Amino acid sequence: MEKLHLEYPAGAPATQRVLVGVVASGDLEILITPAPAGRCHITIHSAADGSATRWRAQLERLFADGKAAAMQMEINDFAATPGVISLRLAQALEELSA
Amino acid sequence: MSQASISQRGRDWFHALCGQASLQQGLPPSLLVADGELAGQPARYVAVVADPENPFVRARHGEVGLLEGWALAATIDAAVDADQQHAHKRAIVAIIDVPSQAYGRREEAYGIHQALAAAAAAYARARLAGHPVIGLIVGKAMSGAFLAHGYQANRLLALNDAGVMVHAMGKQAAARITLRTVEELEKLAASIAPMAYDIASYASLGLLWRLLKAEQPDQPTPADVQLVHTALTEALRDIQADPQPDLRQRLHGEHRQATRQVRALLQQQWTQNGG
Amino acid sequence: MSHRQDITCLLQGHSFIELSARERAHSLLDAGSSRELAGPFDRQYSPWLSAQGIVAQADDGVVICKGLLDGQPAVVAAIEGGFQGGSLGEVGGAKLACALELAAADNRQSIPTRAVILFETGGVRLQEANLGLAAIAEIHSAIADLSRYQPVVGIIAGTVGCFGGMSIAAGMCSYLIVTREARLGLNGPQVIEQEAGMAEYDSRNRPFIWSLTGGEQRQACGLADALVEDDTPLIRQQLLDFIACGLPAEPRHRRSQHMLQRLLTMDSTTQADAASARQLFQSGARP
Repeated sequence: MEKLHLEYPAGAPATQRVLVGVVASGDLEILITPAPAGRCHITIHSAADGSATRWRAQLERLFADGKAAAMQMEINDFAATPGVISLRLAQALEELSA
Repeated sequence: MSQASISQRGRDWFHALCGQASLQQGLPPSLLVADGELAGQPARYVAVVADPENPFVRARHGEVGLLEGWALAATIDAAVDADQQHAHKRAIVAIIDVPSQAYGRREEAYGIHQALAAAAAAYARARLAGHPVIGLIVGKAMSGAFLAHGYQANRLLALNDAGVMVHAMGKQAAARITLRTVEELEKLAASIAPMAYDIASYASLGLLWRLLKAEQPDQPTPADVQLVHTALTEALRDIQADPQPDLRQRLHGEHRQATRQVRALLQQQWTQNGG
Repeated sequence: MSHRQDITCLLQGHSFIELSARERAHSLLDAGSSRELAGPFDRQYSPWLSAQGIVAQADDGVVICKGLLDGQPAVVAAIEGGFQGGSLGEVGGAKLACALELAAADNRQSIPTRAVILFETGGVRLQEANLGLAAIAEIHSAIADLSRYQPVVGIIAGTVGCFGGMSIAAGMCSYLIVTREARLGLNGPQVIEQEAGMAEYDSRNRPFIWSLTGGEQRQACGLADALVEDDTPLIRQQLLDFIACGLPAEPRHRRSQHMLQRLLTMDSTTQADAASARQLFQSGARP
């Protein structure tokens, strides 16, 4: 199991909690809770060893511009494919802004 | 499965503890039931033992199978029904030495889960009706077999001995199912208390009321029988002094912190918001 | 034409099986009444999985929702079959046992809380072996207690099915609802094959396994009370109907004398099949 902490600049605090997904084979669970303005804290537990680079790349695309809401994001990944990860992240962020 | 030596412990302890009391008739030979006494009060002793002639071939080594499950239910239900009008309910002492539930085609087809449910429900019903139910583990107490025979007891006692084991699955099978070698499993079990196979680790979970050191667990000496009798008597008194007929006494173990924490949280949230 | 109808049906359908445990629980309770307890944001992770390098889930795979069923207080406990095969560990097992105990305690204080258990489970989580087994014994105890006051309804929708110690829990429920996708049995097919050999139980022979343990067969044998389509409104309606029936006159697990006689007089030398099972239970169906 791999454990990763990533941080990105962010905007105003998120306004709600979000949960998507399950820790099922090839899937993942994402929990979002609001955090103080300015930072996103992302914690990843991944069953896929050696996936750190891939995770950085995927999250970089979404969070590097610093425009996301400030949040704590917790990801529990049971070896999801990059496609499933993208889908779940998009779903989580969409529900957050809903 | 291993056809290794069939344990006689259940049978030996049953006879040692209920002495001259006569066996109840009309039950399958794999079930020993006798009405004796404990501390001068009526008590029903129950053991599941190996019957090499068991009509269900997958249950000939002491496994809890279809007949054993339904027969346990019948004998426990009968005690509850007989004592229904009595203020004083007889104690029920389950002597536990069960290597596993029965694994077989007939068993699944004919609903072994329902047979075991009947036994577990009967034991729970007896406890809730006020019968002091005591489980005495003298050998193996494995998985579904233990759930059906003994795990519903108010108090669990076990002999402190290498031949005594409580577990969800035998070592070899568990290793295969979790894709580990037996050595890997043993290594893990050394640091993960609920996975361990020894009775001391099991005791650290808080599920046992008492652990007893017998001299000869395989052939109990008079002193061993005396030791166990005294412990059963104390268990009986402890149950009779306890206003709660539930299993909460098991929740205090060193390695059950997460249980206590989540239960406290649930209880607190249960009544919030007027819900 | 019929193909298009199929697709339309699928798009408009309300499959229960496709729902997550959380969605299943919410979908059964009266609209707007469901409130989750000890939920994922309370982060009650299994302390044992991470110690073994296994990714844990924030709710440990058991969802407890309190709310109303037909206007009456109820609790729904749903097991997430996707997480660790729906196996019960310390935390999930404690949630389930405690929820049922609290429902029983409510009844002792004249609050008629009833309970529904959604089984999708292989039984004990082997990574937490003895704590899973202990929790299952506590679940059995709680079902026995609560079912003295209110019906406890079990639902096995599929596709994981219900096995191990939790199949015993299912056998203790007041009523059991299954779909054709459900399986119910004590031992999983692989374990039986390992223990008894392929001639006894061929775990790869799916039609054989379904013919013995599938929902349709279990209902035909009286080991389940209703066989329902995989449709959320239908399942909910069946649930409400059973609750309206109140406690069953004779729970399945109280038929020990009858079953014992049937088993002792049957031919146990012949290997079992679906037909012999139906025959065994033929006069055993509940009135």
